[in-house]
Amino acid sequence: MKIAVCLRRVPDTTTKIVIGADGVSINEAGVKFVPNPYDEYALEAAIALKDAAGSGETIVVALGEDAVQETLRTALAMGIDRAIHLQGKPSADGLENARLLAAHLASLNCDAVLFGKLAVDDYGQQTGAMVAELMGLPCATAVAKLEVSGGRATTEREVEGGVEQAGCALPAVFTCDKGLNNPRLPSLKGIMAAKKKPLDIVPVSAGSGQVAIVSLALPAERAAGRIVGEGAAAVPALLQLLTSEAKVL
Amino acid sequence: MFRPQPIHGESMAGSSEFTGVDFYDMDGLLSEEERAVRDTVRAWVDADLMPVIGTCYVEGRFPKQLIPGMAELGLLGANLPEKYGCAGLNNVAYGLIMQELERGDSGIRSFASVQGALVMYPIHAFGSEAQRLHWLPRLASGTEIGCFGLTEPDFGSNPAGMLTTARETSDGWVLNGTKMWITNGSQATVAIIWAKTGAIDDVASIRGFIVPTGTPGFTAKDQKGKLSLRASDTSELHLQDVHVPKDALLPNSGGIKSPLMCLTQARYGIAWGAVGAAMACFDEARRYALNRVMFARPIGQTQLQQERLANMLTEITKGQLLVLQLGRLKDQGTMKPAQVSLAKRNNVNMACECARESRRLLGANGILIEYHSMRHLANLESVYTYEGTHDMHSLILGQEITGLAAY
Repeated sequence: MKIAVCLRRVPDTTTKIVIGADGVSINEAGVKFVPNPYDEYALEAAIALKDAAGSGETIVVALGEDAVQETLRTALAMGIDRAIHLQGKPSADGLENARLLAAHLASLNCDAVLFGKLAVDDYGQQTGAMVAELMGLPCATAVAKLEVSGGRATTEREVEGGVEQAGCALPAVFTCDKGLNNPRLPSLKGIMAAKKKPLDIVPVSAGSGQVAIVSLALPAERAAGRIVGEGAAAVPALLQLLTSEAKVL
Repeated sequence: MFRPQPIHGESMAGSSEFTGVDFYDMDGLLSEEERAVRDTVRAWVDADLMPVIGTCYVEGRFPKQLIPGMAELGLLGANLPEKYGCAGLNNVAYGLIMQELERGDSGIRSFASVQGALVMYPIHAFGSEAQRLHWLPRLASGTEIGCFGLTEPDFGSNPAGMLTTARETSDGWVLNGTKMWITNGSQATVAIIWAKTGAIDDVASIRGFIVPTGTPGFTAKDQKGKLSLRASDTSELHLQDVHVPKDALLPNSGGIKSPLMCLTQARYGIAWGAVGAAMACFDEARRYALNRVMFARPIGQTQLQQERLANMLTEITKGQLLVLQLGRLKDQGTMKPAQVSLAKRNNVNMACECARESRRLLGANGILIEYHSMRHLANLESVYTYEGTHDMHSLILGQEITGLAAY
């Protein structure tokens, strides 16, 4: 089974974000970057699907500037077979990025293409579905269960109060959600082996598209809490505030 | 129970995660691969060790269930060659493993130190190729657990005075003696035992032996009542007429220099490990100082606590740069044992001070197992004492400086 995973490099969620001087990007100095956490579910799923099939190939693909190669090597260290770096600055318009990815993925002839359901930096949630559409493939998003047999996939995703099951023929595109699996850590041998695995660089140029980032702003700081009293004595004041001020009662 | 809250300005997600202490951009001095190794071990410690360490410590038990996971990641003997089932890392990456493990607990780092530096290293350095091929893959995969028998009840700082003997017979060796303060002693399946093959005052006759712990006459007894390294197995070993075959001897070991070479390896890892413990304490103190409000302001806004934190950060930064350069020297093959003594002595003492100051900053909460500084503080008293006491390393440095031995 041949499986491709599309990977994004994102700031670590514990990083303190500083907006850059241009006001439309973040200042990357001192920021630790990690593989997008949802993409880790996709990487783990790809490795597991290939292992279950007993043969095949796993390929990780990332669009970005040169720093993304470190993230690709993390995927190789986890156990992905080879990497493709689509070398270029991503567009603010997800559709332009999806076009580049779809064009290159088409040449790979994979049985499945996996994404994280979203990237935790911009929460765009669009690339996977757009790539599927551009490639003319079926797509199941936010899958928390993925099983493959006899050229078909069965998926589950969590919906409000229940589980939605879906099925489609392969090849297909899936975007992966938390709960799909428990991504492995790169082992030390895996880290050493990653250096020797192929990492092909393909220069690309994303179109400017129809979306531009106008400005970035940090969320407002949370106001300090208020202590209205202690124990049972605080209940009347709390009830009053929840009714009159927060208006939740 | 007070719980640290996300630090003002940091995102909620993963805010309790340990993110390291790196004031001088030491990351910039590490290779991508070294950082990747560090990050893997850090993530493993967060996911697998931190949830259980408090309970294990209180109950006085080593978290044995973690050994397969450690082995699978390749944490055991990670700087030995791939040919023997090891990861083949450089010594800086190996040091970073020790740092991250000890960020969790000194007992877990001790387990890895003993397995890698005191059991796998001597087999690699002094063993035959057949011994290496037999033992190293088993020790790397955790299917065999090792311990190192050098120290005796009356011979700690002066191991050359050992009373354990090995007498050659027609078909092998017979070992007799007692070893004490042996990390991994009770759970070990194999022991590296150091014994005199000649007269009791013949230091040159000290040789190393690979002794399966199931050999008749070999017994291990847990040392009870420890107030430090409680999540570590520490035992006393008794060898009474223990017969081993001829090929139990490590053929290239000879004299007290051989076990001391092993200790240099282990001390190298300890110098790194101590930085990890200190980083854990600083991280805990900083978070607490920002969240604990007293007199209507965070205690981090008071000068006394700021001085504590400033001192800790300064000493940790110095210790980090010290071990990094030590590691680079080791990778070049130019590291001297006295340089390891300096780093072990400085960094463990530094970590003890950080743990003590952090515990004090935490006030009454600091004595609880929910926090980590007092556990580290108690552990570090052992680390201060083992693998060459702080005082012995002073004397080793004194000898290095003056050419005169004071011990």
